[in-house]
Amino acid sequence: MAAVTADQKTQSTSGTAKAAGTGAGPAAGTAPDAADAALLAAFDAAVAADDRIEPRDWMPEAYRATLIRQMAQHAHSEIIGMQPEANWITRAPSLRRKAILMAKVQDEAGHGLYLYSAAETLGTSREELLDKLHAGRQRYSSIFNYPTLTWADVGAIGWLVDGAAITNQVPLCRCSYGPYARAMVRICKEESFHQRQGYELLLALSRGTEAQHAMAQDAVDRWWWPSLMMFGPPDDASSHSEQSMAWKIKRHSNDELRRRFVDICVPQAEALGLTLPDPDIRWNEERGQHDFGAIDWTEFQQVLKGNGPCNEQRITQRRRAHEEGAWVRDAAAAYAVKHTTPSTRTAQPAQHVEETA
Amino acid sequence: MSAALALGDDALVLSHRLGEWAGHAPVLEEEVALANIALDLLGQARVLLSLVGDEDELAYLREERAFRNLQLVEQPNGDFAHTIARQLYFSVYQHLLYERLAAGDGEFAGLAAKAVKEVAYHRDHAEQWVLRLGDGTAESHERMQSGLEALWRFTGEMFQPIEGLDAAGTTGTAGATGTTGTTDTAGATGTSGSGSGVDWAELESAWISAVTATVERATLTLPTGPRTGAWAAGAGRQGLHTEPFGRMLAEMQHLHRSHPGASW
Repeated sequence: MAAVTADQKTQSTSGTAKAAGTGAGPAAGTAPDAADAALLAAFDAAVAADDRIEPRDWMPEAYRATLIRQMAQHAHSEIIGMQPEANWITRAPSLRRKAILMAKVQDEAGHGLYLYSAAETLGTSREELLDKLHAGRQRYSSIFNYPTLTWADVGAIGWLVDGAAITNQVPLCRCSYGPYARAMVRICKEESFHQRQGYELLLALSRGTEAQHAMAQDAVDRWWWPSLMMFGPPDDASSHSEQSMAWKIKRHSNDELRRRFVDICVPQAEALGLTLPDPDIRWNEERGQHDFGAIDWTEFQQVLKGNGPCNEQRITQRRRAHEEGAWVRDAAAAYAVKHTTPSTRTAQPAQHVEETA
Repeated sequence: MSAALALGDDALVLSHRLGEWAGHAPVLEEEVALANIALDLLGQARVLLSLVGDEDELAYLREERAFRNLQLVEQPNGDFAHTIARQLYFSVYQHLLYERLAAGDGEFAGLAAKAVKEVAYHRDHAEQWVLRLGDGTAESHERMQSGLEALWRFTGEMFQPIEGLDAAGTTGTAGATGTTGTTDTAGATGTSGSGSGVDWAELESAWISAVTATVERATLTLPTGPRTGAWAAGAGRQGLHTEPFGRMLAEMQHLHRSHPGASW
């Protein structure tokens, strides 16, 4: 269940934020204005031509900072997103479903790894990003602050949450930053697979016993609105979007993607034999899209502020896993020092500096 | 079919325990690795249980006393070192056992030949971590040693012969142990001719040597305590389990049992 979501993009303080840990680069202040202007012009031209920006290319500090923030949030969402689903691994009702769920949670850890690696090409480190997550200085998708109360929630997450994530992420496969775009190609393939499995899980419940059908409907009722919130605030309240679209990090507006998602879900819900908990959904002939009801943005803001149903629990579990695992990581590091020859030991950090400079 | 049930239950129960780590591992790479091992084991369990009957009926509708797994695999995860100690003991056992089954021509030969590749990876993963924890920091050394000690008493049961995989009554297997060092060809012929026959004493000594080698390389000490608990060794195979197991089953089976006859 991955979700880079637009929902936190507006939460950054400003577009001029400096990326932490990126001391190197021509923007250090000593370069003459003319040289800076030439670099910026080359960058703008590359973005305009749909060329990919690569790690060694010059980029505006604000572009770097925005990408680090977004990719970190995306990676954190994969990691925190393991929790609501892992909650059901030990209770999965059949061995086949248990295997599917374990594989999915494993994929999420893998997605987190790709994304942290992609973010590291911008001159940060996984450790640094995780520290920020644990300190509450970087966010993850608001959707993962909702609890999984029944088995059907595992299906609703696959269908709706992964569905929303895919709608958001497919355009990221064309994102201007090469390492991010390439990570997204791999991730989207796996996510689509998870989404189909979630749909199929719900279908089995919907066509099952009365109790199973009711369980599926209840899950959809609880996950529908939070899934719509994954696309972020309405366009008129999303100040950061414009810059991200100009940089081709983002390709479509929040509302545009949200409408696209609703249009996809309506017929799928019908095929599932389940209803969406919104009496105002109806086809709008004139626009060629569905109209739908108003989102409760107060709830959204509360979840973002840390007051959602599981915010505290999610971050506490993440911190605890990290803290309780410290002695294991220390042991691996100590062992590596003892069993590595001095020449290899010095070579590694040197290479790292070169890569991130 | 009690052999398929015994081996299937081992894999099913250990897979479940490893699944409990999801979201709690010390580092992301271990989230991937532990889930990977759990998935391999679950895959093995499904194949083995399907030889006996309906996999879900067997997993979800049997009570504690009807499970045939080793007590070792049902032990709670404890800390990471505890989990790794359990994994070392079991993976080395499973690897050596499946190698022998794969080399024979019994009913498990095909299955074991497939699984042995996965199990070799599990064994390597466990051994590598025993080295890192044993020869890492003072704290990790101490934790690894206590993990090994705590689970040591469950290791004796692994070598109680499993009905159907017993070499008793077959000729040649006993010869295989006796003749190692004299003529390799004679030993090999003897083993391949014995079907599923496993020489449990030979398996045990191979296990002891392998575990000893890893433990010593990791600067740890092989535990010296008894290798059985208050129950006789092999109790798990008779459906006599430890207390944490019932609780584990309650969690595992609850949803399935709440909806009798439903399909998922």
